[in-house]
Amino acid sequence: MATNNDSSAAPAIDPAARRQRIEQLHEEMKQRILVLDGGWGSLIQGYRLEEADFRGERFKDWHIDLKGNGDLLNLTRPDIVREIHEKYLAAGADITSTNTFTSSRIAQADYDMSDLAYEMNQASASLAREVADRMTAEDGKVRWVAGALGPTNRTASLSPDVNDPGARNVTFDELRAAYREAAEGLLAGGADILLIETIFDTLNAKAAIVALEELFEEMGERIPVMISGTIVDLSGRNLSGQTVEAFWISVEHARPISVGLNCALGADQMRPHITDLSRIADVGVSAYPNAGLPNDLGEYDETPEDMSTALKDWARDGLLNIVGSCCGSTPEHTRAIAEAVRGVPPRPIPEHNDGALRLSGLEPFILSDGADEEAAATPGA
Amino acid sequence: MKTASFINIGERTNITGSARFRRLIHAEDYGTAVEVARQQVEAGAQILDVNMDDAMLDGEAAMRRFMNLLAAEPDIARVPVMIDSSKWSVIEAGLQCAQGKAIVNSISLKEGEEQFLDQARKLRRYGAAVVVMAFDEQGQAETAQHRYDIAERSYKLLVEKVGFAPEDIIFDPNIFAVATGIEEHNEYCLSFFEATRMIKRHLPGTHISGGVSNVSFSFRGNNVVREAMHAVFLYHAIDAGLDMGIVNAGALPVYEEIPEDLRVRVEDVILNRRPDATERLLEVADQYKGDGSSSSTVDLSWREKPVSDRVSHALVKGIDDYIIDDVEELRLESDHPLDVIEGPLMDGMNVVGDLFGEGKMFLPQVVKSARVMKKAVAHLFPYIEALQESEGAQKNGLVVLATVKGDVHDIGKNIVGVVLQCNNYEVVDLGVMVPSQKILDTAVEQQADAIGLSGLITPSLEEMTFVAAEMERQGYKLPLLIGGATTSTVHTAVKIAPNYSGPTIRVADASRAVGVVSNLLSETQRDNYVADVRREYDDIRANHMDRRESANRYPIEEARQHPAPVVWAGYTPPAPKKPGITTLRDYPLDEIAERIDWTPFFQVWELKGKFPKILKDSTVGETARGVYEDGQKMLKQIVEEGWLKAHGVVGLWPANSVGDDIEVYTDESRTEVLAVLHTLRQQTSKDRGRPENWALSDFIAPKDSGIPDYIGGFAVTAGHGAEERAAAFEKEHDDYHSIMVKALADRLAEAFAERLHERVRKEFWGYAPDEELDNDSLIAERYQGIRPAPGYPACPDHTEKRTLFDLLQAEENAGIELTEGFSMWPGAAVSGFYFAHPDARYFGLGRIERDQVEDYAERKGMSLADAERWLAPNLNYEPGAAAPAAAASTS
Repeated sequence: MATNNDSSAAPAIDPAARRQRIEQLHEEMKQRILVLDGGWGSLIQGYRLEEADFRGERFKDWHIDLKGNGDLLNLTRPDIVREIHEKYLAAGADITSTNTFTSSRIAQADYDMSDLAYEMNQASASLAREVADRMTAEDGKVRWVAGALGPTNRTASLSPDVNDPGARNVTFDELRAAYREAAEGLLAGGADILLIETIFDTLNAKAAIVALEELFEEMGERIPVMISGTIVDLSGRNLSGQTVEAFWISVEHARPISVGLNCALGADQMRPHITDLSRIADVGVSAYPNAGLPNDLGEYDETPEDMSTALKDWARDGLLNIVGSCCGSTPEHTRAIAEAVRGVPPRPIPEHNDGALRLSGLEPFILSDGADEEAAATPGA
Repeated sequence: MKTASFINIGERTNITGSARFRRLIHAEDYGTAVEVARQQVEAGAQILDVNMDDAMLDGEAAMRRFMNLLAAEPDIARVPVMIDSSKWSVIEAGLQCAQGKAIVNSISLKEGEEQFLDQARKLRRYGAAVVVMAFDEQGQAETAQHRYDIAERSYKLLVEKVGFAPEDIIFDPNIFAVATGIEEHNEYCLSFFEATRMIKRHLPGTHISGGVSNVSFSFRGNNVVREAMHAVFLYHAIDAGLDMGIVNAGALPVYEEIPEDLRVRVEDVILNRRPDATERLLEVADQYKGDGSSSSTVDLSWREKPVSDRVSHALVKGIDDYIIDDVEELRLESDHPLDVIEGPLMDGMNVVGDLFGEGKMFLPQVVKSARVMKKAVAHLFPYIEALQESEGAQKNGLVVLATVKGDVHDIGKNIVGVVLQCNNYEVVDLGVMVPSQKILDTAVEQQADAIGLSGLITPSLEEMTFVAAEMERQGYKLPLLIGGATTSTVHTAVKIAPNYSGPTIRVADASRAVGVVSNLLSETQRDNYVADVRREYDDIRANHMDRRESANRYPIEEARQHPAPVVWAGYTPPAPKKPGITTLRDYPLDEIAERIDWTPFFQVWELKGKFPKILKDSTVGETARGVYEDGQKMLKQIVEEGWLKAHGVVGLWPANSVGDDIEVYTDESRTEVLAVLHTLRQQTSKDRGRPENWALSDFIAPKDSGIPDYIGGFAVTAGHGAEERAAAFEKEHDDYHSIMVKALADRLAEAFAERLHERVRKEFWGYAPDEELDNDSLIAERYQGIRPAPGYPACPDHTEKRTLFDLLQAEENAGIELTEGFSMWPGAAVSGFYFAHPDARYFGLGRIERDQVEDYAERKGMSLADAERWLAPNLNYEPGAAAPAAAASTS
């Protein structure tokens, strides 16, 4: 596996320490709203990296341009990755997510780097782990690493061919295998949480869930899972057409610690959908919106103040368990958000044992138990 | 008002329930199939049932394609899907295309807990609700208690072991047909309601579903009565707690609006309120009937219809009483006798073909239809000839069929012939024991479009391989079809297909023959189809190679170190009461008939299920009852009129084992060897699940132990006269009875073997004089000793039959001949060895290595090549290839 990368100095993972951090995570979630870090894109852009930076020594002769493959920095510029983790954690994030949004076999195919997928995930998680552990050693405050599993650049529910709606360019099993490989790398590198994020096609996420469940069964222990979907338009549906509630019904069997939304929308546009989720989910609710909608220049211009003010309202209204920010955000946003939600009690997690059979297509279908009560409650029954 | 909370699951996208949908999928008209789904949702289906279970279809591919297309239609995809299949692989294919949370229909304890739990765990990971059928290792539950017990057991496994939420569990407590005329069925609805109540009371949170249209199965063709039955059933079932049902929502009358007289009579049936309920419903059923015919009384009203309708009716119903008159009437009306065949007769046969294709008619009915058709054509033929236009009707294509050299078994081949003819293919049937060259020459002479080979015994597999190689050598391009009980897709892919560059396709049963042939002869589909099959066979070959390499086997010397655990201490082999040869000529048939095991009889007719349960099966029960009645009727004639002759011979001799051989001695002095039997030993290693490596010689005391032991042998037949009878029926164009007489002869031969074994145990050998077993226990083989047959799993070498036949002088004593392929003639015959030791058990040899085959050939005085040819299906290596490492080294 990793032969010559300069990030493999990380110590072997201590499963007992991870178990302890996971216990603390469950405990802390009851006490307060946890803060997740922010976006990476703007920060990486700030370093003004050139092709040579991405290539490093190891890939200097690679046959494809690598500029823009931000996840490759885990291998070629670990110093930058460390620094960004450090900035977010110093700003007050409790959870930092790995720089692995495109580190899957499927997404890395664009760079012909599929075979590096495991290594990228492992290296990235161990960088985050290293920084988190170092800072915890300094101030005693526990910090968690969320291993990010991105959506890949293919969709299991949508046809790539307008003339053939039945066609697909990826199979469930290909996705399952890719997620499995990425998750193994993340756990080997030291992740405490697996974060299935930016889900625009629920079926992709279901493949990820199957992969994780199989992995957990083989490991003999469960690692906390966070699930975060992406609403692509103002009507409140994801790319594959599901409403938020149908989405939740489709993924709740993963028994995640949280379900939520990220990306695509700013806080204002996201709020009604988070409200829906908050009403129906019997697990934590997470939200990490973009810093507004992109302006005419494609830039995000919501300030830390704007964002944190909005999110503070959400917190006070009892909608949130985990909060952060996504595209266009910076450690300054994180600092403002962390301050805004400090001391605000987390959303109480409701217990849903109404015994209803919940199914979904693009829309939810709910068969409540106790047909008798329902009939009795219906006038004229 | 309660119906408001009842969930309608749309059934029209279920290939087993909708003939139209089935046709669309078969024609690959997925665009229209998607429209069916849309109509269901528009008509109020809250969940869509998608089922692609069809023998002629790649269910996984069809499921995937249809689900993917539905996903692209927002106004359909908004509702959840019920992924409905009896095949797990199809269920999984469906789940992998469902972004929403679906219901899976169904899993059950039918194959035991392990599989149930495994599937349930997978469903948990996919995130699906599940329908659990009231089906367990004992079969489908019929009583309320059994239905409930299965539900409770499933519930505990799902909730406690797998972590299913109770609300994600949906029980299907089995909706069966009532008013079938069988008394035990009268309670079915009541026990469904009762089981539903018990489940709702004791397994809180769970839901109940069912396939409602099953209940009215006996009134097929009478939709008014059927729909009334559905409405009444639902009225009571929902009251008991039914939450959802697979229904044709648009066709459900309101309970209150059913005419009162009908409703009361239907309710009498559903609630089993009076013993004559079924008769009373039948009395009025006709008044409400749209079309079709009532199920029991002889109704001659169809004779009033126009003649072409009468012909169609006669063909569909298989009634040959009036066909000659009707055809004659048509002939007089038409310009040309051929018009009668191409018009009304073919129209009728097309209906039959469609119904069979849709699973609405079963094989026995189709064979009866063919009989009517043949009689009609036979009547017309002289007129056609007289007009000197002997080209015959326009045929779809011509297939040459033959049972290969050395094999005499032809029931399956004959059925394939009938089914093809029914579908307007011309068939040239060369019969049995047909040499390769004759098959090939006939194909050229007749300008055949395909060749079909059939065989039952394992040496036929080698012969088929030979035919394939000859076709290649002689430059044939015709498709080669492979069929028969010992053939398999794996064998065809691995052994036969590589010898021939033309299409080589295995046909699993008669119902698939038409699909295969029509694909092969279709201009448009042929290339794709052939390419698909090739790809499939390539995969099978690749898998097969992988598996073979991974198999771990012991060298034969090592295998001999762990023989079957037979205990000789404290066991004195019983000496036969009647040693030597005993012949039984003209054995009483009535005595044999009592011992018939009927289950295989139904297999001949491609009806799946165990006897007697199959008679009540909701799908094939009616057909099974019909063919069983006809079988019983003919059996009576066979016995009373002496149609068949049964002869048998038994031999019991002193014997001892020497290594893997068994020496048979002339007498108790054990000095002169009469014959040596050669047995084969398992080589499967322990890590493949068997702690020992058995050989039949393990069941005979070793010579050096000094224990005097014995072995027996037998050969029986009930087939004398069967060929003649069958030929006579065929002459009358009556394939149905021709197949029937052969099927019964086979059953009688098996029963004779069973009866003779019993007499050997009790009298001739006499080691179990007090054995008292009923027929079921006999069929289940709950007795001491075994009777393995050469050519079957424990001793796959057919050539041992020669030694056995010499010992028994079976030709003279029982009139049974051996063909060059070691097939017995008459075909309805059974032979084998008797082993008496209480530890003797049946087993399968499995695959063996070259070291044993070399040793065996030497012991037998056979060339290695001959031994490899006869043992081909059991070889774990490629003959002629270098010795594989697995056999040479200790693993």
